[in-house]
Amino acid sequence: MLENVVSVSPDTLAGEIAKTKYEGFRFVTMTCVELDADTAEVIYHFDRDFTLKNFRLKAAKNADIPSISHIFMAAFLAENEIQDMFHLKFKGLIIDFNRTLYFDDNAQTAPLCRYTVSQIKSPEPESIQNSGDV
Amino acid sequence: MFKMTPTILKNFLTEKATRLYPFEIREPYAHVRGELVNNSETCNFCGICAAKCPSQCIKVDKKSATWECEPFECVYCGICVDACPQESLSQKELYRKPSAERQHIIIKGEIRPEKPDAPVA
Amino acid sequence: MQEAIQKTVQRTTIPFGPQHPVLPEPVHLKITVEDEIIKEVVPALGFVHRGLEKLIDIRDFHQMIQVVERVCGICSMIHAMCYVHGIEELMKIEVPPRAKYLRVIWSELHRIHSHLLWLGLFADSFGFESVFMQFWRIREKILNIDEATTGNRIIVSVNVVGGVRKDLSQDQMRWILDELDQIEQMTTQLESTLFEDYTVKKRTIGKGLLPSRQAVELGIVGPTLRASGVAQDMRQLGYAAFKELDFEPVTENNCDCWARCRVRYREVLQSIDLIRQAISKIPAGEINVKVKGRPQGEVITRVEQPRGELLYYIKANGSKNLDRLRIRTPTFANIPALFTMLPGMWLSDVPVIVLSIDPCISCTER
Repeated sequence: MLENVVSVSPDTLAGEIAKTKYEGFRFVTMTCVELDADTAEVIYHFDRDFTLKNFRLKAAKNADIPSISHIFMAAFLAENEIQDMFHLKFKGLIIDFNRTLYFDDNAQTAPLCRYTVSQIKSPEPESIQNSGDV
Repeated sequence: MFKMTPTILKNFLTEKATRLYPFEIREPYAHVRGELVNNSETCNFCGICAAKCPSQCIKVDKKSATWECEPFECVYCGICVDACPQESLSQKELYRKPSAERQHIIIKGEIRPEKPDAPVA
Repeated sequence: MQEAIQKTVQRTTIPFGPQHPVLPEPVHLKITVEDEIIKEVVPALGFVHRGLEKLIDIRDFHQMIQVVERVCGICSMIHAMCYVHGIEELMKIEVPPRAKYLRVIWSELHRIHSHLLWLGLFADSFGFESVFMQFWRIREKILNIDEATTGNRIIVSVNVVGGVRKDLSQDQMRWILDELDQIEQMTTQLESTLFEDYTVKKRTIGKGLLPSRQAVELGIVGPTLRASGVAQDMRQLGYAAFKELDFEPVTENNCDCWARCRVRYREVLQSIDLIRQAISKIPAGEINVKVKGRPQGEVITRVEQPRGELLYYIKANGSKNLDRLRIRTPTFANIPALFTMLPGMWLSDVPVIVLSIDPCISCTER
């Protein structure tokens, strides 16, 4: 039910984002969603006059994603967060915390990735509901 | 420069804005969500509260008829009180006193024979 | 002699925070100074990261309401409201009109007490502690209203999917109006102290400039953006009952710390007015509807928090646990403002400027 969704590829991303900036959109944030074991989806949200415009980027987990922080400087925090949480890599980040925005230097896990965490025990993400405690 | 002076002078004449808390306790408002208590006589150990609790601080075992609660994990949201079909759970109007030790509440009820048409939780 | 000159322009890096008397929450800034003038600033986060977004794996979508309320203590009700708006949109639930108005009343109460807290902390940041005490004394009244009407003082837990859990009686509404009159009168008494005092003006006017063009470019939200003259307030989206209420976004054109203080001060009065309107227009009827089924699909909801635009992205797959919950809090968007505000300022102005964006680090890191 997202409105104004445009699919982009890593090659066309920078051009589309730069065009969006030229049209007067404001960078809102980026969301990363894990799709399956190999791919994740990065959604870029932009706003102009209370209307959202979204770009969907399907990205392989082991490939680099081009950073948009040189176009929208505000994106650097969101990109660093995605690096931390999903173990993705953004190429060309203007301030790269190198996965230490939230974690210690030697953190290896990707907390919001279900597949890498739960694959050994059970392939179904559903079945871990009851086993975990906080 | 002296914009605050009238306020400060007024503060001398009005009552204090603070209380010496443990010695002086304000009357609680009605329906304040304080300490959680369970009435062991009305509880039928259905386990709805344990399933609904957002902080998962309640454990219910229907077979042995026990109701357990970690009171310092409770977040005083009152979801379990709203959900309780027996209206056995309730909240006092005062908050639980701080404690240096961990507390664990266990309520044991009598094990009722299972009726064939008993409502299933 | 030449050596001495070189020494004076040498750059020094000064760590600011995470523990600092003026900071209510831990954020670390690496500030590079030349003499006493700030040249560069790099923020570092990660002191209060709790991983609340991960809790969707073990909590169902009803229980998540209580989790998202704890993202931020100050604006807990607004977090929950944003979340239930998303779930209601996914499940196509029409909320009763009375519940919408009640949500407006509680969310505006939260906005008032958040702004009063901030006004106090801001006064404290330049050492004006008696104003700090006065504002926090006014805030106590709001907390009492929350406690009497909902049962808890700060994390009020009134939102459920499909409506609200508590209703306001006629007596309670009359009492709220009386209290609001007092709050308004006490707040306006402090206006001249906060905006006309010589020392306060010296510490705030012209500090931490954020021109409007740069503010939009950096994606700044909320009062920080409105203090730069951009009239953008997510309440204009008309969520809950805001489309039936009459209000104009508060804006100031000075772009500095004084303007940001002024915007928040005026928003306190605006929120008082909004609550009065809501109480006068509130319809009778149900306060919640029965909810059956599970959410499916993806949705973005945005509401206005005291600190600015709050965005929730919810992806659900029809099971009782959500697939993904993304929370973008306003401070997350406002931190880049420090890159523009701080360089060129004196080191002694850092506390005032950092506080002027109303940083809520627990929100930011979740």
